Amino acid sequence: MKHSYAQLAIALVSGSLFGFGLSLAGMLNPQRVQGFLDVFGAWDPSLAFVLGGAVAVAMLGMQIIRISTHPILEPRYHISTQTGVDPTLILGSAIFGIGWGLGGLCPGPAVALLSMGLVKPTVFVVCMVVGMQVHDRLLGASGTSDPPIDLHPLR
Amino acid sequence: MEMYRYLPALIGGMLIGLSATMFLLFNGRVAGISGIVGRLAQGVNTGLNAAFVAGLMLGPILFHGLFGRWPVVAVTSSWPLIICAGFLVGLGTRMGSGCTSGHGVLGLARFSRRSVAAVVTFLATGIAAVTILRIAGL
Repeated sequence: MKHSYAQLAIALVSGSLFGFGLSLAGMLNPQRVQGFLDVFGAWDPSLAFVLGGAVAVAMLGMQIIRISTHPILEPRYHISTQTGVDPTLILGSAIFGIGWGLGGLCPGPAVALLSMGLVKPTVFVVCMVVGMQVHDRLLGASGTSDPPIDLHPLR
Repeated sequence: MEMYRYLPALIGGMLIGLSATMFLLFNGRVAGISGIVGRLAQGVNTGLNAAFVAGLMLGPILFHGLFGRWPVVAVTSSWPLIICAGFLVGLGTRMGSGCTSGHGVLGLARFSRRSVAAVVTFLATGIAAVTILRIAGL
C-alpha cells in the first residue's frame, strides 16, 4: 500500500521525537536499563520516570483518539482487537524480558543506536532481526501483517 | 534537589508519549518498535516503517546537535551475551506481539489486558536475568 507524503512525514517526525526522547531520557544506555532491572542491587529508578511520563502523555492522547471517528490521515485505526491473554503472549514476553535483561537493550534504543555506529549495539540489531525472522518464518507470522482491524477498539 | 536527576528521564518519556500519540492520531498505527522493525523486515508498509526507523536513528543525532555531545552509552555485556540477547529480543517480541513501546507505552495507556500481562512478564524475567547475571558475576 502506498502512503501519502504527509503520512511519511508524520512517521519521520514521530520516529525522531521517539529517538530524541530516548536519548534525552538516558535510555540508550544499556547500563541504566540494567540498573533499573537490578532491583535487588543498586537500583536506578530512571526507567520508571520514562515509562510513567510516556504512559501519562499517551493516556491524554487516547482521550482525543477515543472521540475521533478515524485517524487524521488514514481511513481507519490499525489496532489489535485481541483481548485474551494466551500462552504465546506470555512465553514471548518472557523470552523478550530475558534478552532485555542480558543485553540492557530493547528494540527502540537498539535501532536508535545504529546512527552512533557502535559495534555491539549494531550486532545486537542484526541478531534481533535474525530472531524476528526465525519466529516469522518458522513459527508463523502472527502479528507481522498490518493489524487487520478497523472497529476502533479504543472505545 | 534529588528529583532533578530524573527530570530528563521524565521529559524524555513525555516526548515518547507524544510521539506515540502523534503516530496513532495521524497515521492510525501503533508506534511499537518491534512491530515496525518486524514489518520492515517482512516488506509490509515499507515506506512508512522505513521513515519511522530513519527518524528513530535521527534521534541521537538531534541530541548531538542540541547538546554538542552524544548520549552516554556503556555496554557492559560480553559478546556472547549481546548475541544471545539480540536473538531472544527479536524472537520474544515477535512471539509476544510487542515490546516496551507497543505493550509498555501504548498498551498500558489504553488499559489493554494483554499488554498489562506482557509488561508484568517481561519486567519479571528481565529482573530475574539481571539478578542472575550479577550473582554469577557476568
